[in-house]
Amino acid sequence: MIRFDNVSKVYPKQSRPALRDVSLEVEKGEFVFLVGSSGSGKSTFLRLILREERATHGQVHVLGKDLGRISNWKVPQIRRQLGTVFQDFRLLPNKTVAENVAFAQEVIGKSRGEIRKSVPQVLELVGLGGKEDRMPGELSGGEQQRVAIARAFVNRPKLLICDEPTGNLDPQTSVGIMKLLDRINRTGTTVVMATHDQNIVDQMRKRVIELDKGRLVRDQARGVYGYQH
Amino acid sequence: MRAQFVLSEISVGLRRNLTMTFAVIVSVALSLALFGGSLLMSDQVNQMKGYWYDKINVSIFLCNKSNAQNDPNCAKGAVTEDQKKAILTDLKKMSVVEKVTYESQDEAYKHYKEQFGDSPLANTITPDQMQESYRIKLKNPEQYKVIASAFNGRDGVQSVQDQKGILDNLFGLLNGMNWAARAVMSLMLVVALMLIVNTVRVSAFSRRRETGIMRLVGASGFYIQAPFIMEAAVAGLIGGVLACGFLIIGRYFIIDNGLALSEKLNLINFIGWDAVLTKLPLILATSVLMPAVAAFFALRKYLKV
Repeated sequence: MIRFDNVSKVYPKQSRPALRDVSLEVEKGEFVFLVGSSGSGKSTFLRLILREERATHGQVHVLGKDLGRISNWKVPQIRRQLGTVFQDFRLLPNKTVAENVAFAQEVIGKSRGEIRKSVPQVLELVGLGGKEDRMPGELSGGEQQRVAIARAFVNRPKLLICDEPTGNLDPQTSVGIMKLLDRINRTGTTVVMATHDQNIVDQMRKRVIELDKGRLVRDQARGVYGYQH
Repeated sequence: MRAQFVLSEISVGLRRNLTMTFAVIVSVALSLALFGGSLLMSDQVNQMKGYWYDKINVSIFLCNKSNAQNDPNCAKGAVTEDQKKAILTDLKKMSVVEKVTYESQDEAYKHYKEQFGDSPLANTITPDQMQESYRIKLKNPEQYKVIASAFNGRDGVQSVQDQKGILDNLFGLLNGMNWAARAVMSLMLVVALMLIVNTVRVSAFSRRRETGIMRLVGASGFYIQAPFIMEAAVAGLIGGVLACGFLIIGRYFIIDNGLALSEKLNLINFIGWDAVLTKLPLILATSVLMPAVAAFFALRKYLKV
């Protein structure tokens, strides 16, 4: 699903690499936590998977494609198979909940009939049935994040990338979001989630990848947030 | 891609940037109206040059029957065959002459008709009112005076005309106006392009949220860029339609009505509506393509896809 081979990333005008010689593999259906302090390279790691950036050295394979080799105009084809969720939700404030989710299908040219069928379905799945016509501003943070997850999942991606999805939410709401992500994971979708939330990582007992100053320092099955000695 | 979705994005974008859109429309309209005006002015100059202007330097007009009655130069009657032969022989002997062409009355009538078409003046003319002439190309156009002094006053010769001398001042003026129009047009064009680039930049910035999400869910680059390009093209098209309107109104008020030059200067055959209408497709096409291309290049800089 994801494979990094000796990947390094140096941003222009910066001497210190954001990622140094990282190699790892994520299998289909896995749930992976990506932890590390700010500036450890988590965001760069995710941006490489989304091909917002290209690796300076090494190869990044996502869904069997070498992202260093595919041409720019083919990138959208890859992204259609990925879902993304962010800390700041990234909803369109002037569109309703249903329109926000439908937007993800409209822009890749899905038919109106398909959209009418799949949007209520996915909103039901994330627990927002009946709130189709609300505006994002009227919803709580947790609900807004559910809309964002619905939008990320509505095209049934094989891989869900989450960048601190609970970063703006209180612990109780976070637990709800995690349950939802777990449920999505159980449908066979691979989930990679960058987080600072120690409680969540410790409770879920999933694979944990830790980055420190751009290096992969830990890759632990059923791990916890901090080091266990 | 759904047309309705794209169209609604375009109209939202245009309204959001109303002042900028207005500026783009006006600058495109002005630059293209000047562009069209300059093309029409060239047409007008070509029309006035007539058949001989670019081919010869000097014309020797020979007396015809009506000259013989009312022109003192032709007091000895219309030109005879012997006189014509003598003139031609003398012309061919002169070293300054490169080429001599004889124009008969019928040919003169034909060329006259070509130039003046069916203007009221042309309709009253008949072939025998035309003059026979020798049309002369000189090795050096400055040597017009040599011909003039040799043939002015000779029997059968009505007049010797320096063809360019008559029209050059007028054409100089028209050409000057043409260059001025082109200079202003280029300036307006640069203004229009900068406005388009800036509009696209503002537009891309105000919609970075939407475009960011579009990118994330895998919308193609074309799909993300299309609304911006279409916006520029639609604004340009409105400007182009206005420019066409300016040209039509301009011809109407300058030539037919208003200034009514066609009545005041009835010796000049003005360009017709066909000349104006044939320019319109070019102007409309330019008005759509130019902003679209400008927007495309602006997007490469300001919109990540």
